[in-house]
Amino acid sequence: MAIEVRIPTILRTYTGGAKTVEGAGDTLAALLSDLDSRHGGLRGRLVTEQGGLHRFVNIYVNDEDVRFLGSLDAKLNDGDNVTILPAVAGGAFGFAAAAAMLGRSTAPVR
Amino acid sequence: MLSIDRSIIDAIIAHARRDHPDEACGVVAGPLGSDTPVRHIPMDNAARSMTFYEFDSMEHLRVWREMDDRDEEPVVIYHSHTATEAYPSRTDVSFAGEPNAHYLLVSTREPATEEIRSFRIVDGVVTEEPVQIVEPTVDPHAVQSYMFGQSPTTVDYECSPGR
Repeated sequence: MAIEVRIPTILRTYTGGAKTVEGAGDTLAALLSDLDSRHGGLRGRLVTEQGGLHRFVNIYVNDEDVRFLGSLDAKLNDGDNVTILPAVAGGAFGFAAAAAMLGRSTAPVR
Repeated sequence: MLSIDRSIIDAIIAHARRDHPDEACGVVAGPLGSDTPVRHIPMDNAARSMTFYEFDSMEHLRVWREMDDRDEEPVVIYHSHTATEAYPSRTDVSFAGEPNAHYLLVSTREPATEEIRSFRIVDGVVTEEPVQIVEPTVDPHAVQSYMFGQSPTTVDYECSPGR
């Protein structure tokens, strides 16, 4: 068995249009590296240069937000479902100010 | 062009007015590939801010899964600006992650004025589009007069000039 990963529309350019792909790994970090070996560039859209998860992408293992499971260290088991969703956010506030206030990376997921 | 029922627009504006001065946000789902907004889903603004909105991550997952199960997609993603115009901010553009969605903005800066505009945001490029509000069916035999750009069942909002 493997781990099924649901890919949002905006990242399907990396998966040849596929809505779901399969991967393997015992942590989220390992899974993303495994996926990147077949879908080059995908990991870079989810993980910052500093090695953390982009703030404005949500990744879930089954029904849990990985932020509550240790982020990239979140443990995975065969048969888990991983869902990636670009966060829906914005507003009138200045972009740099919003990023600073929220302590987020200013590199958005596109 | 975004074509949307009057009843949904009214519900979105009511949501935005209710949450004013905080920004309100939500989705209108529709059948996959139809480009037709049908099911209005007001979302919580997890940021509870006058200048920022963010979907709650767990509600986001639940609603997106529900759309998936019903073969729907987010046709419209809306939010309000409460002191400024209904035009995407740099923040909005940076975080727009649904290239197929109509990004509908409502401004609640004027209590008596309905200010709604719709945009496509793809790869950081904003393109405004006209909004066609479809009115409930009216009696075709009734004697009425219509302003330019209106018909018994629709009102067309052109894009604002100067952008």
